[in-house]
Amino acid sequence: MCRLIRMDHTGHSTLAEWTADDPQAVEAAVQAFRTEVERGYLAMVSTGPGHAEQVRELPLDAPLVILRLPISGG
Amino acid sequence: MTGDVNALVPGDEHVLAPGREVLPETAAVHWRPRVDERRLRNLGSLWTLTTVAHVVPFLAAGAVLMWLNWLALPVALACIAHAWVIPELYAQRGANVLRPRGRAAAEPERRSVGLLGDLVGHDARDLHAATGLVLEPGRFGTWLVGEAGALLLSGARRRRAYCYCVTVDGRAAGAAELPSGDRIAHLLLALRADEQGFATVANLSFSGARWRLRRRVPGTMRPAIDAAAESLDTRSIDRS
Repeated sequence: MCRLIRMDHTGHSTLAEWTADDPQAVEAAVQAFRTEVERGYLAMVSTGPGHAEQVRELPLDAPLVILRLPISGG
Repeated sequence: MTGDVNALVPGDEHVLAPGREVLPETAAVHWRPRVDERRLRNLGSLWTLTTVAHVVPFLAAGAVLMWLNWLALPVALACIAHAWVIPELYAQRGANVLRPRGRAAAEPERRSVGLLGDLVGHDARDLHAATGLVLEPGRFGTWLVGEAGALLLSGARRRRAYCYCVTVDGRAAGAAELPSGDRIAHLLLALRADEQGFATVANLSFSGARWRLRRRVPGTMRPAIDAAAESLDTRSIDRS
Protein backbone atom coordinates (compact mmCIF):
# COMPACT_ATOMS: atom_id res chain seq x y z
CA MET A 1 0.00 0.00 0.00
CA CYS A 2 1.47 3.36 -1.06
CA ARG A 3 0.75 6.47 0.96
CA LEU A 4 0.59 10.20 0.34
CA ILE A 5 1.06 12.16 3.54
CA ARG A 6 1.24 15.83 4.38
CA MET A 7 3.27 17.18 7.29
CA ASP A 8 0.99 19.53 9.20
CA HIS A 9 -0.13 20.61 12.65
CA THR A 10 -1.38 17.10 13.46
CA GLY A 11 2.05 15.57 13.00
CA HIS A 12 1.06 14.29 9.60
CA SER A 13 -2.14 13.55 7.73
CA THR A 14 -2.61 10.66 5.34
CA LEU A 15 -4.27 12.13 2.26
CA ALA A 16 -4.42 9.03 0.09
CA GLU A 17 -3.55 5.37 0.01
CA TRP A 18 -3.41 3.35 -3.14
CA THR A 19 -2.19 0.26 -4.90
CA ALA A 20 -1.30 0.18 -8.55
CA ASP A 21 -4.11 -2.25 -9.33
CA ASP A 22 -6.82 0.02 -7.90
CA PRO A 23 -7.55 2.70 -10.53
CA GLN A 24 -10.05 4.57 -8.35
CA ALA A 25 -7.61 4.86 -5.47
CA VAL A 26 -4.87 5.92 -7.87
CA GLU A 27 -7.08 8.61 -9.36
CA ALA A 28 -7.99 9.90 -5.90
CA ALA A 29 -4.33 9.96 -4.92
CA VAL A 30 -3.33 11.82 -8.08
CA GLN A 31 -6.08 14.36 -7.48
CA ALA A 32 -5.03 14.86 -3.84
CA PHE A 33 -1.41 15.21 -4.92
CA ARG A 34 -2.20 17.88 -7.51
CA THR A 35 -4.40 19.80 -5.10
CA GLU A 36 -1.65 20.01 -2.50
CA VAL A 37 1.07 20.88 -5.03
CA GLU A 38 -1.11 23.68 -6.37
CA ARG A 39 -1.39 24.99 -2.82
CA GLY A 40 2.39 25.24 -2.69
CA TYR A 41 3.42 22.01 -1.05
CA LEU A 42 6.52 20.28 -2.33
CA ALA A 43 6.37 16.52 -2.80
CA MET A 44 9.34 14.44 -1.73
CA VAL A 45 10.23 10.80 -2.03
CA SER A 46 13.14 8.98 -0.46
CA THR A 47 15.55 7.60 -3.03
CA GLY A 48 17.82 5.68 -0.71
CA PRO A 49 19.56 6.24 2.61
CA GLY A 50 20.33 9.92 2.97
CA HIS A 51 18.76 10.85 -0.34
CA ALA A 52 15.45 12.42 -1.29
CA GLU A 53 14.08 13.85 -4.45
CA GLN A 54 11.36 16.31 -5.28
CA VAL A 55 8.69 14.98 -7.62
CA ARG A 56 6.23 16.97 -9.69
CA GLU A 57 3.95 14.06 -10.53
CA LEU A 58 2.78 11.38 -8.16
CA PRO A 59 5.11 8.39 -8.47
CA LEU A 60 2.68 5.50 -8.31
CA ASP A 61 5.34 3.00 -7.27
CA ALA A 62 6.71 5.04 -4.36
CA PRO A 63 5.71 3.54 -1.01
CA LEU A 64 5.69 6.94 0.68
CA VAL A 65 5.28 10.42 -0.77
CA ILE A 66 5.70 13.26 1.72
CA LEU A 67 4.38 16.77 1.22
CA ARG A 68 6.35 19.52 2.87
CA LEU A 69 6.23 23.31 3.00
CA PRO A 70 9.00 25.48 1.57
CA ILE A 71 11.93 26.41 3.77
CA SER A 72 13.71 29.73 4.06
CA GLY A 73 16.65 31.28 5.84
CA GLY A 74 15.71 32.45 9.32
CA MET B 1 -5.09 24.31 7.40
CA THR B 2 -2.86 25.66 4.69
CA GLY B 3 -3.11 28.47 2.21
CA ASP B 4 -1.59 29.25 -1.12
CA VAL B 5 2.17 29.45 -0.77
CA ASN B 6 2.99 29.30 -4.45
CA ALA B 7 4.24 32.85 -4.34
CA LEU B 8 6.97 31.78 -1.97
CA VAL B 9 8.50 29.20 -4.26
CA PRO B 10 8.47 30.31 -7.86
CA GLY B 11 9.35 27.42 -10.13
CA ASP B 12 12.97 26.83 -10.82
CA GLU B 13 13.78 24.61 -13.74
CA HIS B 14 17.54 24.58 -13.30
CA VAL B 15 18.73 21.05 -13.69
CA LEU B 16 21.08 19.82 -10.98
CA ALA B 17 21.99 16.49 -12.46
CA PRO B 18 20.12 14.08 -14.69
CA GLY B 19 16.86 13.35 -12.97
CA ARG B 20 17.51 15.73 -10.07
CA GLU B 21 16.56 19.33 -9.52
CA VAL B 22 17.83 22.32 -7.63
CA LEU B 23 15.94 23.03 -4.44
CA PRO B 24 13.09 25.29 -5.62
CA GLU B 25 13.51 27.59 -2.63
CA THR B 26 16.82 28.81 -4.08
CA ALA B 27 14.79 30.92 -6.51
CA ALA B 28 13.89 33.14 -3.58
CA VAL B 29 17.60 33.90 -3.02
CA HIS B 30 18.64 34.04 -6.66
CA TRP B 31 21.33 36.63 -5.95
CA ARG B 32 23.32 34.25 -3.79
CA PRO B 33 26.02 32.15 -5.44
CA ARG B 34 25.31 28.47 -5.09
CA VAL B 35 27.35 27.07 -2.22
CA ASP B 36 30.05 24.58 -3.09
CA GLU B 37 33.10 23.33 -1.18
CA ARG B 38 35.28 26.20 -2.32
CA ARG B 39 32.74 28.84 -1.37
CA LEU B 40 32.19 27.11 1.95
CA ARG B 41 35.92 27.23 2.70
CA ASN B 42 36.05 30.87 1.67
CA LEU B 43 33.15 31.72 3.95
CA GLY B 44 34.91 29.97 6.81
CA SER B 45 38.11 31.88 6.14
CA LEU B 46 36.19 35.14 6.00
CA TRP B 47 34.65 34.42 9.39
CA THR B 48 38.09 33.67 10.82
CA LEU B 49 39.47 36.91 9.43
CA THR B 50 36.52 38.82 10.85
CA THR B 51 37.10 37.29 14.26
CA VAL B 52 40.78 38.20 14.14
CA ALA B 53 39.86 41.72 13.07
CA HIS B 54 37.64 42.01 16.12
CA VAL B 55 40.08 40.53 18.61
CA VAL B 56 43.50 41.86 17.61
CA PRO B 57 42.74 45.61 17.79
CA PHE B 58 41.30 45.29 21.30
CA LEU B 59 44.24 43.20 22.50
CA ALA B 60 46.68 45.62 20.88
CA ALA B 61 44.91 48.58 22.43
CA GLY B 62 45.09 46.93 25.85
CA ALA B 63 48.80 46.24 25.45
CA VAL B 64 49.56 49.78 24.28
CA LEU B 65 47.63 51.29 27.15
CA MET B 66 49.59 49.22 29.65
CA TRP B 67 52.83 50.19 27.96
CA LEU B 68 51.93 53.86 28.17
CA ASN B 69 50.84 53.87 31.80
CA TRP B 70 49.99 51.08 34.22
CA LEU B 71 47.24 53.25 35.64
CA ALA B 72 45.38 52.48 32.45
CA LEU B 73 44.96 48.90 33.67
CA PRO B 74 41.15 49.11 34.07
CA VAL B 75 40.75 50.35 30.52
CA ALA B 76 43.18 47.71 29.26
CA LEU B 77 41.15 45.04 31.03
CA ALA B 78 38.01 46.39 29.40
CA CYS B 79 39.71 46.07 26.02
CA ILE B 80 40.66 42.48 26.76
CA ALA B 81 37.10 41.78 27.88
CA HIS B 82 35.84 43.11 24.56
CA ALA B 83 38.29 40.88 22.71
CA TRP B 84 36.85 37.92 24.59
CA VAL B 85 33.17 38.83 24.55
CA ILE B 86 32.72 39.62 20.88
CA PRO B 87 33.74 36.15 19.55
CA GLU B 88 31.67 34.58 22.33
CA LEU B 89 28.61 36.52 21.20
CA TYR B 90 29.10 35.31 17.64
CA ALA B 91 29.43 31.72 18.85
CA GLN B 92 26.29 32.15 20.93
CA ARG B 93 24.44 33.36 17.86
CA GLY B 94 25.51 30.18 16.13
CA ALA B 95 24.45 28.00 19.03
CA ASN B 96 21.03 29.63 19.08
CA VAL B 97 20.07 28.04 15.75
CA LEU B 98 20.06 24.65 17.48
CA ARG B 99 17.89 25.64 20.39
CA PRO B 100 14.53 23.85 20.54
CA ARG B 101 11.41 25.86 19.87
CA GLY B 102 7.96 25.62 21.44
CA ARG B 103 6.19 22.30 21.64
CA ALA B 104 2.87 21.37 20.08
CA ALA B 105 0.33 19.14 21.82
CA ALA B 106 1.47 15.68 22.86
CA GLU B 107 -0.23 13.69 20.10
CA PRO B 108 1.05 15.79 17.15
CA GLU B 109 4.50 15.71 18.72
CA ARG B 110 4.38 11.93 18.99
CA ARG B 111 3.18 11.52 15.40
CA SER B 112 5.77 13.90 14.03
CA VAL B 113 8.61 12.23 15.85
CA GLY B 114 7.35 8.88 14.60
CA LEU B 115 7.49 10.09 11.01
CA LEU B 116 10.93 11.55 11.55
CA GLY B 117 12.04 8.23 12.99
CA ASP B 118 10.91 6.52 9.80
CA LEU B 119 13.19 8.79 7.80
CA VAL B 120 16.38 8.12 9.73
CA GLY B 121 18.30 5.10 11.00
CA HIS B 122 18.37 3.64 14.49
CA ASP B 123 21.45 5.56 15.60
CA ALA B 124 20.11 8.91 14.40
CA ARG B 125 16.77 8.12 16.04
CA ASP B 126 18.43 7.44 19.38
CA LEU B 127 20.56 10.56 19.08
CA HIS B 128 17.48 12.65 18.34
CA ALA B 129 15.69 11.23 21.37
CA ALA B 130 18.63 12.20 23.55
CA THR B 131 19.59 15.54 22.06
CA GLY B 132 16.76 16.78 19.82
CA LEU B 133 19.11 16.86 16.83
CA VAL B 134 19.30 14.58 13.81
CA LEU B 135 22.71 13.60 12.50
CA GLU B 136 22.91 13.46 8.72
CA PRO B 137 26.10 12.74 6.76
CA GLY B 138 26.53 14.95 3.75
CA ARG B 139 28.96 15.84 1.01
CA PHE B 140 30.17 18.96 2.81
CA GLY B 141 30.60 17.17 6.13
CA THR B 142 28.32 16.02 8.89
CA TRP B 143 25.10 17.88 9.57
CA LEU B 144 23.10 18.18 12.75
CA VAL B 145 19.58 19.24 11.91
CA GLY B 146 17.46 20.98 14.51
CA GLU B 147 14.04 22.57 14.54
CA ALA B 148 15.11 25.98 13.31
CA GLY B 149 18.55 25.50 11.93
CA ALA B 150 21.36 23.17 11.14
CA LEU B 151 24.97 22.79 12.12
CA LEU B 152 27.54 21.57 9.63
CA LEU B 153 30.84 20.19 10.88
CA SER B 154 33.26 20.24 8.01
CA GLY B 155 36.88 19.47 7.32
CA ALA B 156 38.80 16.23 7.60
CA ARG B 157 38.51 16.22 11.38
CA ARG B 158 35.22 18.04 11.57
CA ARG B 159 36.82 20.97 13.35
CA ARG B 160 35.09 23.76 11.47
CA ALA B 161 31.50 24.55 12.40
CA TYR B 162 28.98 26.31 10.20
CA CYS B 163 25.71 27.29 11.83
CA TYR B 164 22.78 27.85 9.51
CA CYS B 165 19.55 29.52 10.47
CA VAL B 166 16.86 27.90 8.34
CA THR B 167 13.32 26.84 9.01
CA VAL B 168 9.96 26.19 7.43
CA ASP B 169 8.96 29.41 5.74
CA GLY B 170 7.00 31.31 8.35
CA ARG B 171 4.85 32.98 5.67
CA ALA B 172 3.34 29.62 4.75
CA ALA B 173 0.04 29.00 6.49
CA GLY B 174 0.39 26.35 9.15
CA ALA B 175 4.14 26.67 9.49
CA ALA B 176 3.93 28.04 13.00
CA GLU B 177 1.83 25.10 14.23
CA LEU B 178 4.14 22.36 13.04
CA PRO B 179 5.33 20.00 15.78
CA SER B 180 9.03 19.62 16.40
CA GLY B 181 9.55 16.40 14.45
CA ASP B 182 7.94 17.87 11.37
CA ARG B 183 10.07 20.99 11.55
CA ILE B 184 13.17 18.83 11.51
CA ALA B 185 11.77 16.53 8.81
CA HIS B 186 11.14 19.52 6.53
CA LEU B 187 14.77 20.56 6.79
CA LEU B 188 16.05 17.01 6.53
CA LEU B 189 14.18 16.30 3.31
CA ALA B 190 15.34 19.56 1.75
CA LEU B 191 18.93 18.79 2.77
CA ARG B 192 18.74 15.32 1.31
CA ALA B 193 17.28 16.59 -1.94
CA ASP B 194 19.88 19.28 -2.58
CA GLU B 195 22.62 19.87 -0.03
CA GLN B 196 24.14 22.77 -1.95
CA GLY B 197 20.75 24.38 -2.36
CA PHE B 198 20.03 23.90 1.32
CA ALA B 199 23.27 25.67 2.28
CA THR B 200 22.45 28.43 -0.21
CA VAL B 201 18.94 29.08 1.09
CA ALA B 202 19.97 28.98 4.75
CA ASN B 203 21.46 32.02 6.44
CA LEU B 204 24.94 31.47 7.81
CA SER B 205 24.90 32.86 11.33
CA PHE B 206 28.28 31.66 12.52
CA SER B 207 31.38 29.85 11.38
CA GLY B 208 34.30 29.02 13.58
CA ALA B 209 36.07 26.36 15.55
CA ARG B 210 33.92 23.51 16.77
CA TRP B 211 35.09 23.94 20.36
CA ARG B 212 33.93 27.54 20.39
CA LEU B 213 30.44 26.47 19.45
CA ARG B 214 30.28 23.36 21.60
CA ARG B 215 30.61 25.22 24.86
CA ARG B 216 27.78 27.56 23.90
CA VAL B 217 25.15 24.92 23.16
CA PRO B 218 22.99 23.39 25.91
CA GLY B 219 24.67 20.46 27.64
CA THR B 220 22.02 18.02 26.44
CA MET B 221 23.00 18.75 22.83
CA ARG B 222 26.74 18.35 23.20
CA PRO B 223 26.69 14.56 22.68
CA ALA B 224 25.26 15.25 19.22
CA ILE B 225 28.18 17.51 18.39
CA ASP B 226 30.58 14.89 19.69
CA ALA B 227 28.89 12.22 17.58
CA ALA B 228 29.01 14.43 14.50
CA ALA B 229 32.68 15.16 15.12
CA GLU B 230 33.41 11.46 15.19
CA SER B 231 31.28 10.72 12.17
CA LEU B 232 33.16 10.44 8.94
CA ASP B 233 30.37 8.62 7.15
CA THR B 234 30.54 9.48 3.47
CA ARG B 235 27.26 7.78 2.69
CA SER B 236 26.10 10.78 0.75
CA ILE B 237 29.38 11.58 -0.93
CA ASP B 238 27.77 11.48 -4.34
CA ARG B 239 25.16 14.04 -3.34
CA SER B 240 25.64 17.00 -5.63
